[in-house]
Amino acid sequence: MSLESAATIAAPVSRPNAPPKMQGEKVGVFYGEKQALFDVDLKIEQFNVTSLIGPSGCGKSTFLRSLNRMNDTIDGCRVVGKITLDHDDIYDPAIDVVELRARVGMVFQKPNPFPKSIYENVAYGPKIHGIARNKADLDEIVHSSLRRAGLWNEVKDRLQEPGTGLSGGQQQRLCIARAIATKPEVLLMDEPCSALDPIATAVIEELIDELRENFTIVIVTHSMQQAARVSQKTAFFHLGKLIEEGKTEDIFTNPKNKQTQDYITGRIG
Amino acid sequence: MSAGWVVAIVLAIGALAYFFAAQRARVQRDGTDRAKEVPHSLPTYHGWLAFIFATVPALLVYLVVSSVSAGLLDSRIRSEVTAHIADPAAASLSIGIVRNASNALTQLDLSGPNVPTSYAALRDMAKSAGITLADSGEDYMVPLAAGVNADAGVHKLIGQGLTLLLSLAGAAFAYSRIRLRLRARNQVERVVLCSLLGASTVAILTTVGIILSMLGETIHFFSEVDPLTFFFGTVWDPRFAAAGSSGSEGQFGLIPLLMGTLYIALVSMLFAVPVGLMAAVYMGEYASNRVRSTVKPLLELLAGIPTIVYGIFAVVTLGPFFRDLSAALAGGFSFIQAQSVFTAGIVMGVMLIPVVSSLSDDVITAVPRAMRDGSLALGATRSETIRKVILPAALPGIVGALLLTASRAIGETMIVVLAAGVAARINFNPFEAMTTITVKIVNQLTGDLEFNSPQTLVAFALGLTLFTLTLGMNVYALYIVRKYREQYE
Ligand SMILES: Nc1ncnc2c1ncn2[C@@H]1O[C@H](COP(=O)(O)OP(=O)(O)OP(=O)(O)O)[C@@H](O)[C@H]1O
Ligand SMILES: [Mg+2]
Repeated sequence: MSLESAATIAAPVSRPNAPPKMQGEKVGVFYGEKQALFDVDLKIEQFNVTSLIGPSGCGKSTFLRSLNRMNDTIDGCRVVGKITLDHDDIYDPAIDVVELRARVGMVFQKPNPFPKSIYENVAYGPKIHGIARNKADLDEIVHSSLRRAGLWNEVKDRLQEPGTGLSGGQQQRLCIARAIATKPEVLLMDEPCSALDPIATAVIEELIDELRENFTIVIVTHSMQQAARVSQKTAFFHLGKLIEEGKTEDIFTNPKNKQTQDYITGRIG
Repeated sequence: MSAGWVVAIVLAIGALAYFFAAQRARVQRDGTDRAKEVPHSLPTYHGWLAFIFATVPALLVYLVVSSVSAGLLDSRIRSEVTAHIADPAAASLSIGIVRNASNALTQLDLSGPNVPTSYAALRDMAKSAGITLADSGEDYMVPLAAGVNADAGVHKLIGQGLTLLLSLAGAAFAYSRIRLRLRARNQVERVVLCSLLGASTVAILTTVGIILSMLGETIHFFSEVDPLTFFFGTVWDPRFAAAGSSGSEGQFGLIPLLMGTLYIALVSMLFAVPVGLMAAVYMGEYASNRVRSTVKPLLELLAGIPTIVYGIFAVVTLGPFFRDLSAALAGGFSFIQAQSVFTAGIVMGVMLIPVVSSLSDDVITAVPRAMRDGSLALGATRSETIRKVILPAALPGIVGALLLTASRAIGETMIVVLAAGVAARINFNPFEAMTTITVKIVNQLTGDLEFNSPQTLVAFALGLTLFTLTLGMNVYALYIVRKYREQYE
């Protein structure tokens, strides 16, 4: 195996013919009367990191939340169009929202650990969904999730201490551990690093890159560098519309749209 | 001149002072070159300052002089009456007669040589004018009453004169002081601060005053009844003595009353807490904004019903209903009495539902949205989220809310007076009557009584006990609630 082919293994796993993990077709979102998102068509490829970029208020979080129906919890929010997960329409009345959210997990912008112990934070999802058969099984899930989130060494001696007592970066990794302990298929991350310093950010970016092996990831970010570093696909939103999407390298080196170009070169935003 | 007029005149002086002071400040302002000297305060501040100078000291002095006068007159009556009568109980009666006589003299407009010489003559004159005086007055009281009236007149003249003078002086002083650089704005600010401070002091001083007045009477009570037999006595039998005769023994055991109080409070909490809490959870977590905005005020309407109405409901409707229901259930024998711990507890529980639900609702909605979202995004259902995340997070606050509710239940009076009965006994059957501390306070104080026998003084000891109990619970509840607040800040 040549060096070059080793590099291609780490590079985007683009399988053009594989079906997308999730797909939005003509997705629109209304908050009351006001439409915040218009006709978004976007494919989320399996085992890829897709980043959503765009100026503040353009609807990135809105689109992200519609992927696991967290918009349902907002009074007066309405979603139109079609979003599928493995070809199943997730807005079909027959779909169990609770199950959907177990399959499509989410990490929020601000770390939000529960006021429980570190262990209980991570064990929360597995317990609810009955993923663990017994205590040893649960321990194993908690430990491996913490390990994968890169938090294990820091907390292995204090699993019973409250999760709220960790630093911001540790809390965010705890939330990631909590999300992956549920073994979701898709992981949605809304600006997961916005409250973190560069070192904690680097840890999480590395983590995202590792998680890509087993999860499909969608990340919202305000940092062009971050999008370029971690994602294989990038989608640019502006004023509630999807302006351009494609391979990350194409978007950043050779954007087709003028607005995209302006944004990534720092002229709008 | 009546007090109302004095206040009105002082306010009028204040208003004039405002007007002229503001005018003067305006003239000074317009007459200067802003480039050289900048006026410090707006003319209205100078006006307000003058108003304050004209009114506040004058009215304060008026208040002080009036209360000193009242004290002097009272002590004059008291000393002269006790010179004639030694027995304190009879003396307090005579003091009342003298006061009435002096009121009658004022109303009949009698003074100096017109004052009748005998009490009987005064009484007849009063009667023809439609004023009733007591029969048992004596002749020495008439000149005393007239003398008191004369004193009062002098005091009044001094007080009113001083007040008006001070008002004018204050206005003049403030007016003369007006300068371009006078910091009227800051001074008004200080006065505002002082009055705000004063308002909050009133609340604190009232609490202290209540405690002190109860404490005095309670100490008096404990000088006649051993505190140990009060706090640990198991028999409540105060034996009302006939008026005047003292020394009849009674037993003042707190335990049966305390048990009744706590038992009824417990029953009411057992009813109110689950219902109120579930209502709060529904309101905070499930109800849409529209439902919430109609249901919540409706629920809080319950809190606005006077508790006597609940008591009537208990006596007239619920008590008989439970009695008949139990008769039907048991085949003739009604094991629930019309007045019982159970009935009182349930009705009190209904009263407490809005208290529980609105306090807990506040606590539940204070749990950050991020907690809910975090749980929901992991695929938890709403009720799992509530049970496993929100309630544990809100628990300290809820405990605090429940303690506050419990202290309401313990201090509640009218419902138990009507619904619980008056039988002071130790009893564990919730379907029988029991009584509470508050009921006994009401019992002991009903009627026209002098506060000098243990039978009445015990009310203060009971009141203070109750106060200490609820105060302790409230302080602890506030402590918990505050600690909980910090958790998310
Ligand atoms: N709960 C809400 N109710 C009403 N309008 C909302 C709500 N949330 C978002 N919006 C509106 O929808 C639009 C898109 O918001 P969204 O939060 O998706 O933007 P965003 O791209 O995530 O911005 P940011 O980068 O600042 O997070 C905005 O105009 C916003 O005002
Ligand atoms: Mg956002």
